[in-house]
Amino acid sequence: MNIPENLKYTTSHEWVSISDGIATIGITSHAQEELSELVYIELPEQGKQVAKGDPVAVVESVKAASDIYAPLGGEIIETNNVLADDPATVNRDPHGEGWMFRMKISNKSEAESLLDAGAYEGEIS
Amino acid sequence: MPDNALLHSPLHDEHLRLDGRLVDFAGWQMPVQYTGILEEHRAVRSGCGVFDISHMGQVFLSGENAASWLNGILTGNIPAMDEATAVYTFMLNENGGIIDDLITYRIGHESFLLVVNASMLEEDIAWLRKHLADGVLLEERSRELAAIAIQGADAERIARDMLTGTGCPMPARNTLEHFPDEAGTTYLCGTGYTGEPGFELICPADDGPKWFNKALQAGATPCGLGARDSLRLEMGFPLNGADLSPERSPLAAGLGFFVDLEKGPFIGREVLLKEKQDGLSEKLTGIEMSAKGPPPRPGYAILCGEETVGRFCSAGLSPSLGRGIGMAYLPVALSKIDTTLEIDIRGRGFAARVAKKPFYRHLR
Repeated sequence: MNIPENLKYTTSHEWVSISDGIATIGITSHAQEELSELVYIELPEQGKQVAKGDPVAVVESVKAASDIYAPLGGEIIETNNVLADDPATVNRDPHGEGWMFRMKISNKSEAESLLDAGAYEGEIS
Repeated sequence: MPDNALLHSPLHDEHLRLDGRLVDFAGWQMPVQYTGILEEHRAVRSGCGVFDISHMGQVFLSGENAASWLNGILTGNIPAMDEATAVYTFMLNENGGIIDDLITYRIGHESFLLVVNASMLEEDIAWLRKHLADGVLLEERSRELAAIAIQGADAERIARDMLTGTGCPMPARNTLEHFPDEAGTTYLCGTGYTGEPGFELICPADDGPKWFNKALQAGATPCGLGARDSLRLEMGFPLNGADLSPERSPLAAGLGFFVDLEKGPFIGREVLLKEKQDGLSEKLTGIEMSAKGPPPRPGYAILCGEETVGRFCSAGLSPSLGRGIGMAYLPVALSKIDTTLEIDIRGRGFAARVAKKPFYRHLR
């Protein structure tokens, strides 16, 4: 199971990497495997303010569309444009090239409720 | 339903060995995919795929009156069928609505095999029993039989390889061959649900793995129900429960070709005759998205101007076209090819148009 130790996780299968108040977010390797090959990804608009738990993106496989939730509150500052042309990047490299969006965190204490790798592994096993 | 209540196909161990992703389908645990739906879809369009279709229902009807009795139950002209041929046909309720769509095989002068949807098997059997005539024997044998579909541009080569040494000739389109040297019931049929050349093999459950593995050894790609669905949607083939329903007639579904109104009485005929005379109000219509974008899904609203004019039945991404396609019952006036429509996807409008079926045509 590919669950990098340096990332934080949500029970809804997003991963989060936080550095200097900026969070980079994607979906976990487990999530992309469950979803199977992605054919379309809808990302949030830059500048959008979101609250923790808001649906902010949609990933679609041949079979279904699934919501992606904001793991933290804040402002969307960047999205990964590569995914528009090649959504399967998320399948190939979910924790790297397949990142989905970056946000400026509004309340750092919210990050305390995120899961570490061990706790996430417990969630999905 | 807990997994242990689901039926296992005779090919279950093969699906586990091939790491198939198993899902609940009509009470069966069946593979939706092995490596990926897109890959499997493309394998069928460019090479050959093998599908486990053992979940399909098999109902045998025999007796001296079987042909004339079935003629009153189904929309096709059954007594006119030659032996060893197949027709696509419908079982209708008294209102002309579709109970099930099925393939009828005339396996002998007085014997028929109906291959029906797994989800409708119980209902079909109940309907057939309710109307059963003296001297017609009904045997439901779905659990005793395995079925696999060999489908694809390269299906004939694969099937020839599989048949080496059996002495069974290749069946032409919509015909079947009864294996001369097999114990039990083995049929090879020139039928399919993908729009590609192909065959469906029906055999005793214990022989299922042997034939499935012969197809794999000959070079066929194992394909799940996901690709089966995207392949049939590209051809505009309907799926019962999604595109067909007890409230809609085959005429409204655009499938009047498979209804013989002149052959004599059958259940639902009077309603269809009236529908034909009065004209349809709505028709199952092919719709194609105008550009790449989010795939349409069943239930999404279809707009013409500001007005919602219908909702998708089957819909999804066409892997071959790279854009969304689907079918919906639309007012007949809006069902003309190239009519401009808009699809509401999560509150945003996406351009679409009425498209001719099949959505996908092979460039051969």
